[in-house]
Amino acid sequence: MASNPQLNSNGELTHLLSIEGLPRAVVENILSTADAFASVGDREVKKVPLLRGKSVFNLFFENSTRTRTTFEIAAKRLSADVINLNINASSTTKGESLLDTVDNLAAMQADMFVVRHASSGAPYLIAEHLNRTGAHHIHVVNAGDGRHAHPTQGLLDMYTIRHFKKDFSGLTVAIVGDILHSRVARSDIHALTTLGVPEVRVIGPRTLLPSFVESMGVRVFHDMAEGLRDVDVVIMLRLQNERMRGALLPSAQEFFKSYGLTPEKLSRARPDAIVMHPGPMNRGVEIDSAVADGGQAVILPQVTFGIAVRMAVMSIVAGN
Amino acid sequence: MTPNAIPDAQALINSLLEQIRPTVQSETVMIGVHTGGAWIAEKLHAALGLTTPLGFLDISFYRDDFARVGLNPQVKKSTIPLEIEDASIILVDDVLYTGRTVRAAMNELFDYGRPRRIDLAVLADRGGRELPIAARFVGTQVSLADNQSLNLTRDAAGQLHFTLVEKNHAT
Repeated sequence: MASNPQLNSNGELTHLLSIEGLPRAVVENILSTADAFASVGDREVKKVPLLRGKSVFNLFFENSTRTRTTFEIAAKRLSADVINLNINASSTTKGESLLDTVDNLAAMQADMFVVRHASSGAPYLIAEHLNRTGAHHIHVVNAGDGRHAHPTQGLLDMYTIRHFKKDFSGLTVAIVGDILHSRVARSDIHALTTLGVPEVRVIGPRTLLPSFVESMGVRVFHDMAEGLRDVDVVIMLRLQNERMRGALLPSAQEFFKSYGLTPEKLSRARPDAIVMHPGPMNRGVEIDSAVADGGQAVILPQVTFGIAVRMAVMSIVAGN
Repeated sequence: MTPNAIPDAQALINSLLEQIRPTVQSETVMIGVHTGGAWIAEKLHAALGLTTPLGFLDISFYRDDFARVGLNPQVKKSTIPLEIEDASIILVDDVLYTGRTVRAAMNELFDYGRPRRIDLAVLADRGGRELPIAARFVGTQVSLADNQSLNLTRDAAGQLHFTLVEKNHAT
């Protein structure tokens, strides 16, 4: 097996596990394919027959509404049959191991697993297990694993940026907030650098930035006003409330004062800057309602684009 | 076919124009299949002075060989700019061969609505049908070996040309 378990022997994408290590051409191909799928949503019949007769299993070991729903819509628009499994309420509580669950679903003639798991690397484990057991016809798409990666979110963020900014080559992009615990931040950073964005900034308190984050090719700021100066794109991250308990932050109010995106802080960015957020938003914690509902926010278009991007990913991996 | 027998694409477009013109009505809608058919449709649409907007189809999402060859990496957006419910459509492609592209195009069209009729216009018909599909407007009939194909290209001046491509199978 090749060193990158996402690619088949022809170098084609057969699982989507992480943006890290993907060739730029593969990323660009996903974005341009998503462009073609976007128009399917405007039609009378919002379905194409590509995955007719295929079974897509949404394997969610961790809660999600938006991601699971958009994967489900995407699979249904490709004419696949979708089976949703919320595993916290299922076999694992009876002691079945992850790979036993996978083997059982494979025996039910699954064609694709969309996997969300609290442990980093779980989708890799599944993909490698399938490759090892000769189930090469089953494809795995990572829908978020631990703090590691959320590649389809990264890709839909890139699609959104390309939609509004046309070109990545002259952009300055700032990612703001809890970088340390964010799989979205990691996927965005890898995607932005892969696509040749010249300046990627991360802005946040020291306690919420990974050590050695500079080694990912980003500029680090602790001051919001300074970090947002002249940026084209602001990606806000969700502040997970559970972080407050771990003494990483004094309080949500303190965080909002320093790192919450208000109209005043946003005015440091370029006037045509767009504001993104992967959701769910904590209004008044990382983002002010005046910004979230304002003219520069593209948070709802992100959700719509997410469907087309997930259709592109699923149809590309299913064909390889 | 030998290289000196390659048909002149521009002359064939003129021939198609003569065939199509008497059939055109005010509600005729022209739709070109990406990529070659789209170029031809642009020229026909302009020359016929059609007032309905021109549509384009990329049939990649409707191909019947997806399971074998995967998704076309150069898939383009389909743009059907108007209601095709009850429309009289002229579907345009460059070369008609097995008929599978036309089947896929018709399947896609029906996901936009129920056209009153669909006619097919092609620059060249090379025979070899695998499906019961026929063109109403044909520029020319050509005879090609299995390893040959006619590819339509567009030059910098916007002129269309056929080129003969031969696949040499290693023995």
